[in-house]
Amino acid sequence: MARTVWDSTVGKKTVMAVSGLIMLLYLVAHMIGNLKIFFGADEFNHYAHWLRTVGEPLMHYEWTLWVIRVVLVVAVVAHAVSAYQLSRRDIRARPSKYVHKKPRASYATRTMRWGGIILGLFIVWHILDLTTGTVHSGGFEAGKPYQNVVDTFSTWYGNAIYIVAMLAVGLHIRHGFWSAAQTLGVGSRTRDRALKAVANVLALLLTAGFLAVPVGVMTGVVS
Amino acid sequence: MKLTLRVWRQKNADAEGAMSTYQVDGISPDMSFLEMLDTLNEELILKGEEPVAFDHDCREGICGACSLVINGDAHGPERTTTCQLHMRSFKDGDTIDIEPWRAAAFPVIKDLVVDRSAFDRIIQAGGYISVPTGSAPDAHATPVPKPDADFAFEHAECIGCGACVAACPNGAAMLFTSAKVNHLNVLPQGAPERETRVLDMVAQMDEEGFGGCTLAGECATACPKGIPLTSITGMNKEWLRATRKAAKK
Repeated sequence: MARTVWDSTVGKKTVMAVSGLIMLLYLVAHMIGNLKIFFGADEFNHYAHWLRTVGEPLMHYEWTLWVIRVVLVVAVVAHAVSAYQLSRRDIRARPSKYVHKKPRASYATRTMRWGGIILGLFIVWHILDLTTGTVHSGGFEAGKPYQNVVDTFSTWYGNAIYIVAMLAVGLHIRHGFWSAAQTLGVGSRTRDRALKAVANVLALLLTAGFLAVPVGVMTGVVS
Repeated sequence: MKLTLRVWRQKNADAEGAMSTYQVDGISPDMSFLEMLDTLNEELILKGEEPVAFDHDCREGICGACSLVINGDAHGPERTTTCQLHMRSFKDGDTIDIEPWRAAAFPVIKDLVVDRSAFDRIIQAGGYISVPTGSAPDAHATPVPKPDADFAFEHAECIGCGACVAACPNGAAMLFTSAKVNHLNVLPQGAPERETRVLDMVAQMDEEGFGGCTLAGECATACPKGIPLTSITGMNKEWLRATRKAAKK
């Protein structure tokens, strides 16, 4: 069965849909967690520490976090590899372009590939910036996420990278969520409007929720 | 009407093609697009030039033989087949670009004619039902619920012209394949081959070198028969169901 799924274009799209939905679920949780920054350094740092102790005493310190990380890495890799292979195939399937060009499909649809690449690069920067601190501006201190976030969003490039990536994530979800529903066969004519509405609401809420943090730092609400 | 036509000319499958410009005069708005091309070809023949090769057959919008990407739209600006497109959809003095279907799985044979036999092979893979031959069964021998009959008929309207592939940015044949799968899979007559049909047709579709679906929706917009985009959703559902069932065996 795994072979059938991976070898088929329809199957590979299923892999993309499922891995995409896993990442989407994570993003919702991540966005809600981020908003805790508006309740002060203590609450935010306490929340960050709690993420490492979730599931105790059943789970050891950081076990749950690592399980989530492994699931996410698998999802990202599966999503990216499928996207790469399907895109290569799509480009090969349409070797010559039309002379008479017309603007086609919605902006969100046309930017899925570049948007995905931007998001992939963003994730690398984001982890090096706020998880490992490798490329962090100012002194990165593990266990002090509040200060680290403020440091990042006190630089112009930190804000620029983040804002571009969050707009990309919104566009990606707008087309991606609805597409995942079609790929998994749950879309229908009667459900179409509802699915599109959910996709738009998710895209807007996530983008707005994520952008609230850099805007908060820039306006001095968070400092 | 006086028109400027920019037409894709290509000697054969191996030759390099290019757009050639022609002027046609005395076109009636009541002519079909193909009659307009006939007029052009008559002039070309009189001048001793090679006429433009294009596919056509019934000229009634039911056979799926005609093609042409007109000003970037498969079958032109109206939601119909090229043979049912009339010159009243254009203005006097217009410049019209005419190109063949573009897809790796639809190689150009000559000028505006492409090889669409990939579709035939997808049909051969599962676009049929197995029935005993002999006299026709009674019409009411196999009851079909009305909603199912309507659903099947909506998808059975596909004439296999390939506009969906031509319009798709990925050269995908998902809408064509899904129309066939949905048409037969919903009917009791199609039930015995329900799982193998979708698996084999999708496998053949991939084999032919068509692209994958990114749900851009261009296919459904171009389809002269109005096959809905949700047809693809329906096929995905059937494919997942068949894959699960095959795994259990």
